[in-house]
Amino acid sequence: MAVATETEKPRPKLIPWTEKLAALPWWALLILLGGVLIVYFIYTSPTYQDAFSFLISGVRLTILVSLASFVLSLVLGLILGMGRVSKNVVSYTISSLYVEVVRGIPMLVLLIYFAYVVTPIGLQFANALGAFILQNLAFGPLIRLAEYLVNLNIQGVDMMVRAIIGLAFAYAAFEAEVFRAGIQSIERGQMEAARSLGMSYVQGMRYIILPQAIRRVLPPLGNDFIAILKDSSLISVLAVRELTHLGKLNRARTFRTFETWNTVAFLYLILTLSLSVLVKIMERRMSFEE
Amino acid sequence: MKSNTVYGEGSPGVAELVPRDDDIIVIEHAYKSFGKTQALVDASLRVKRGEVCLIFGPSGGGKSTLLRCINRLENPDSGTIIVDGIPVTGDKCNIDLVRAEVGMVFQLFNLFPHLTVLRNVTIAQEKVRGRSNKEAERIARELLERVGIPEKADAYPGQLSGGQKQRVAIARALAMNPKIMLFDEPTSALDAEMIKEVLDVMLDLAKEGMTMVVVSHEMGFAKAAADCMVFIDGGRVIEEGTPEEIFSNPKEDRTKLFLSQILE
Repeated sequence: MAVATETEKPRPKLIPWTEKLAALPWWALLILLGGVLIVYFIYTSPTYQDAFSFLISGVRLTILVSLASFVLSLVLGLILGMGRVSKNVVSYTISSLYVEVVRGIPMLVLLIYFAYVVTPIGLQFANALGAFILQNLAFGPLIRLAEYLVNLNIQGVDMMVRAIIGLAFAYAAFEAEVFRAGIQSIERGQMEAARSLGMSYVQGMRYIILPQAIRRVLPPLGNDFIAILKDSSLISVLAVRELTHLGKLNRARTFRTFETWNTVAFLYLILTLSLSVLVKIMERRMSFEE
Repeated sequence: MKSNTVYGEGSPGVAELVPRDDDIIVIEHAYKSFGKTQALVDASLRVKRGEVCLIFGPSGGGKSTLLRCINRLENPDSGTIIVDGIPVTGDKCNIDLVRAEVGMVFQLFNLFPHLTVLRNVTIAQEKVRGRSNKEAERIARELLERVGIPEKADAYPGQLSGGQKQRVAIARALAMNPKIMLFDEPTSALDAEMIKEVLDVMLDLAKEGMTMVVVSHEMGFAKAAADCMVFIDGGRVIEEGTPEEIFSNPKEDRTKLFLSQILE
């Protein structure tokens, strides 16, 4: 065999056109095509146009409910997640119990349970607390608070609020696990270094561990926001006028099943796909920084 | 009686533990096990104020565990440890106050990667010592100057070499004005050419009279700076002595064997 000399250039490798075609993201193109088709229908067909203009207000509510319950679930999840890594037996037990119980119950059941069981019971507690304050501690600004608590009424609590509470408390269990994983992914040496400088456990968590852990869990949290947005369709059983519920109403109103649910699914897809693109960008930026 | 007021009630062996005034660290009969492994077996050690004490011995022998017991990163199963007059093994001890006085440098640096070098050195000063941001920064810049990397103040730890990281870690610990510095194999994770720059900083510190407890196999550093050397194996303190005694006339066979292996 002759050794390759410098004059012998390696021949450019030909990639067969079939392989080039196979490498294209066809799934994305097909989704785009479907989207174009539905947009075309919405512009040309009166039934689609009707369905679209009826449903679009539900999109606003879906986003509102998802955002509100997501923010609340982040706060609850962070507290629970810190409990899960705590060495304190009480806080570890309470948060583990909560996470295991909530994750073991179907989302739909949880939502109904929070709306029709937990919220009324919570209100009764608030009423009782208010009455107790009025009888025993009635002075100054406490009276205003007590009167507010006594006058709380289950009819006054909107179904949307109950749905947000339900979604938030259900998702708090999942966020807790995300935060726990994030905190545990930070090397032990970080907390040791913080403690060796005289910081307390709380200071070490706040200034050293959590800032690093939260950056690491941003992509999974983004995915959970997409999940909460999809699961917000379940609150249609509570008759909150979000996208899915409006879908049901529109079908009952017009008997146009195809057009209605095509549009509903299309609107959800727009939301979730654009969000997942954002999460992918976030993930890529994280991997560059590490 | 002095011992009662200093050590509180209920500390084991209080009566026999009256330290000489110049003992800043006293470890008496420390035991520690991880599962079935005995990391420390009846380990005792005294370090005088201003002394540089080098702990050496085979890996897994309990050197690091003993060091980490001093600022209670490990809690000994039994035994008494007194740091600057405060029994850190006692129930009433506020360990955060002790740790602020005891600087620690780790084998893997453990810098805070999300903070700049400057912030690494200032954060504990502000949060623990309560210094103003301005004062903390002034002190931090002085210390970075002293360890030879003032130009890296605004860099992140990820942009530094190993030797630079370890020097920042030393500056971070010094910023708290500690009375004692603990070094846990500070040069073991470094390339050969970076070991010197870290050892130079440590030598300077030793010259200034800092009390140092160093877990290391740097025998050159021991000869140059150590006042006492402690050989630990199997969780026990096998031999203790001045560098001259240890190098020229080790009493125990295990010490001899170990020294001959690492001094080849």
